[in-house]
Amino acid sequence: MAQETVTLKIKRGAGTGESTWEEFSVPLSPNANVISCLMEIRKNPVTKGGQSTTPVSWDSCCLEEVCGACTMVINGRARQACSTMINGPHGIAKSGETITIEPMTKFPRVRDLVVDRSKMFDALKRVKAWIQIDGSHELGAGPRVSPKDQEIMYPLSRCMTCGCCVESCPNYNDHSPFIGPFAISLVRMYNMHPSGKMHAGERLDSIMSEGGIADCGKAQNCVKVCPKAIPLTESIAVMGRETLKRALFGWLLK
Amino acid sequence: MAAKVSVKSKNGKVRRAIVVGGGLAGLMTVIKLCEAGIPVDLISLVPVKRSHSVCAQGGINASVNLKGEGDSPQIHMEETCLGGDFLANQPPVKSMADAAPGIVFMLDRMGVPFNRTPEGNLDFRRFGGTLFHRTAFSGATTGQQLLYALDEQVRRYETVDVTDDKGVTIPGEKMVRKFEFWDVCDLVIDDDGIVRGVVAQDLKTSEIRSFVGDAVCLATGGVGMVYGRSTNSVINTGSAAAVAYRRGAYYANGEFIQVHPTAIPGADKLRLISESVRGEGGRVWVPRDQNDKRKGKDIPEKERYYFLEERYPAYKNLVPRDIASREIFKTVVHEGYHTRPGVRAAFLDVTHLAKTPAAKHALRNKLEGVLEIYEKFAGEDPYENPMEIFPAVHYSMGGLWVGFEKNDRGGMKMGSPANAQTNLPGLFATGEADYEYHGANRLGANSLLSCIWGGMITGPAMASWRESVKGSAFDMDEGVFEKSAKRAREEFETYFKRTGSEFNENPFKIHDELAEEMLVKVTVERKNNELDGVIAKIGELNERFDKCAVLDTTPTGKMNQPAVFLRHLRGMLDLAEVIVRGARARDENRGAHYKPIFDPERQEAKDYTGEGAGKGRDDENWQKTTKAQYVGPKSAPKLSYEAVDVSLVKPRARVYKQASMDAAKGSLGASKEEPKGDVKAEAKPATT
Repeated sequence: MAQETVTLKIKRGAGTGESTWEEFSVPLSPNANVISCLMEIRKNPVTKGGQSTTPVSWDSCCLEEVCGACTMVINGRARQACSTMINGPHGIAKSGETITIEPMTKFPRVRDLVVDRSKMFDALKRVKAWIQIDGSHELGAGPRVSPKDQEIMYPLSRCMTCGCCVESCPNYNDHSPFIGPFAISLVRMYNMHPSGKMHAGERLDSIMSEGGIADCGKAQNCVKVCPKAIPLTESIAVMGRETLKRALFGWLLK
Repeated sequence: MAAKVSVKSKNGKVRRAIVVGGGLAGLMTVIKLCEAGIPVDLISLVPVKRSHSVCAQGGINASVNLKGEGDSPQIHMEETCLGGDFLANQPPVKSMADAAPGIVFMLDRMGVPFNRTPEGNLDFRRFGGTLFHRTAFSGATTGQQLLYALDEQVRRYETVDVTDDKGVTIPGEKMVRKFEFWDVCDLVIDDDGIVRGVVAQDLKTSEIRSFVGDAVCLATGGVGMVYGRSTNSVINTGSAAAVAYRRGAYYANGEFIQVHPTAIPGADKLRLISESVRGEGGRVWVPRDQNDKRKGKDIPEKERYYFLEERYPAYKNLVPRDIASREIFKTVVHEGYHTRPGVRAAFLDVTHLAKTPAAKHALRNKLEGVLEIYEKFAGEDPYENPMEIFPAVHYSMGGLWVGFEKNDRGGMKMGSPANAQTNLPGLFATGEADYEYHGANRLGANSLLSCIWGGMITGPAMASWRESVKGSAFDMDEGVFEKSAKRAREEFETYFKRTGSEFNENPFKIHDELAEEMLVKVTVERKNNELDGVIAKIGELNERFDKCAVLDTTPTGKMNQPAVFLRHLRGMLDLAEVIVRGARARDENRGAHYKPIFDPERQEAKDYTGEGAGKGRDDENWQKTTKAQYVGPKSAPKLSYEAVDVSLVKPRARVYKQASMDAAKGSLGASKEEPKGDVKAEAKPATT
């Protein structure tokens, strides 16, 4: 029996330069995922047409969908390459089929599938996504938190800044200053925390200015593509109420 | 204030320290430096939020004793030393265990969403090598939540202005400058042998430049990629540690590589299934009938062989990792058991914990992160079907050799520049990149602790060093730095000459061959003749490395992953040699290092005619730290040995078959009493 293979059709290029498509035929191994296919290509960087080429560049780290590095647009959908299985129950392709892989489009391309997501980390600075502690020295136990609140905060804390939500968001692009759903969801988390609450107003202000929550167009794509199933639209709704309250009554606090 | 520690140098530069690596250890070091008023350049291969610390799942140990079991830092320290088979210097272990409760409280204050008790306190669960509930956790993705907490604090410092000695803001200077997607390629060492900075390469543009630092810390993690497929992230090649090693830093206890008992096989990596699964009641078993073809869930209770529970009635599924891995290996590979014919795996079962919707909800709250990994990657529902697992390379107990200064209470003296400092003056190492706390085997949930504790002592140590060292790097002639950068650039340029037909090797294939050899012969069971074979193989791969093609001749100015990989492959080959040579030399069984000829239970020991057959752990000859020193390219490292400081816990046999019931009730019983059990039947009896 002939070796079972899949074809990877990959969009390649560097920086703002031109893009080209290259196709690679990759043997199917058990438990294969998109990353293992890319690894095969670099061991034998030859296109399907027999042309020698450079190994494909991609970004990855943990390979277990917890670091957020390997987001790519695979068959038109932003997702982690590591958890995109080729075969098995969640497989995306059968032998002989083609898988299309592109870099995310909402960030500057570095090379091939690698993009620069600094913009997302900058957004975390803007919304002050941290608890303002007095220092790392011993100050005794932290505040008590009810298990109920923990069950809300924990899923929010799993955001890995992977970019799926913003890649799928029609309001997040070069021409818009929108900070993106992930940042708004984190504001919700920090504003729930007993000591994070003390600076809740500053974080709300940060998402009430230009590019903030008002720029959300409620397309609801984000929540559908989030690999960690973070309730992003729920967070946006909760923050919508909070910011509205602050807009209406915040001046009383000043 | 001495001029050399003023914020600004004479030529107007802000004096900074350098931290390489942005995992828990690196970030904690940064925080401590910032708190001491020292600005930092933080260099990392990946955005620090993606560091390998995110992969830690189960939790972080701290003897807070919130379950009223009588747990204490003293017991934590004793169990850590015992778990490490008495290879760790004990003063650092003591200080770490003492600091642990404060560390967990600090993380709690930083907003880590730890799981809670009904009263709103931190919840704790059990982990391997202890009978106490000592592990604080945030679902089953604790490393992620901890890393994010520290990442957020460091991000805050990215927004904090540097002020000069008079408190005036220096325009444009922030306490932390991050250099993400940068790879360290060399150290800058002055004529006195003092480390004054690093040379690093921007992976996005291939630009190489030097960084000036009044102290340099490597917090660059372990070396799992030497084994190719492991539970490690792809960045864990040990490249920065290898750079330091080649420049003369000792690499200590390299042969001690932890193999985690439970991981899911994959084509690209072996994904960890946390020990917390067993901590919450998960059970390891195989069908008693080796021809059983039924699905795990269809095999009745009495036809299941719970081999860990039968062999270790006290600790059951929570024996330390070295022991659990060996038992699974023995049961599956030597005794022929498996989950189904043709599959090399054992079952890890939580289905009994998810029988009712309420129970399933509770289980999900504690283990979702890891069970969802199984569901996504193995394609089966672990709440319905037992998981198929097999051991996988997981953690480097060894690492760069570092020193410590003892205090008069038997622990470490906080703020001493000797702490965490390598033998290269001015170079510090911390986290998994060092060798300090885990001896021959790390206990689960001690790694997050050792990383954060490591940062807590390394920051102050670097601050003291900065005050005591002769002169500041920022007042030195810039020529030294430019010379180092130029050398690194020239070396990188040589990669691009690797294009002729004589360069017919693919570096990624060389890596595969190295990994295969290491994985088969230098993990759970080690045999001297096989280790000799691995040494020969590394020699061969070293020769073939010289024939590796660059694969991508894109001129600098752009990202070039294949060229950078050559540097990392060089490092992996060097560190593989350190691991194997250390393992070959160490003729005893200790923790993760195990040779069947020294196990009296094994036929190999009975057949062995050499000295010490079946001797187990050999404290007389081998209770010492291995120190490997680089001699030159393609040469065997020079091995030397150093006595272990066992001033606090007297070495004794490791027995996990039974513990006195006192342990569960909260006295020191388990850890103080001499074991009375069947020592011979233990995987690894000791000689003391």
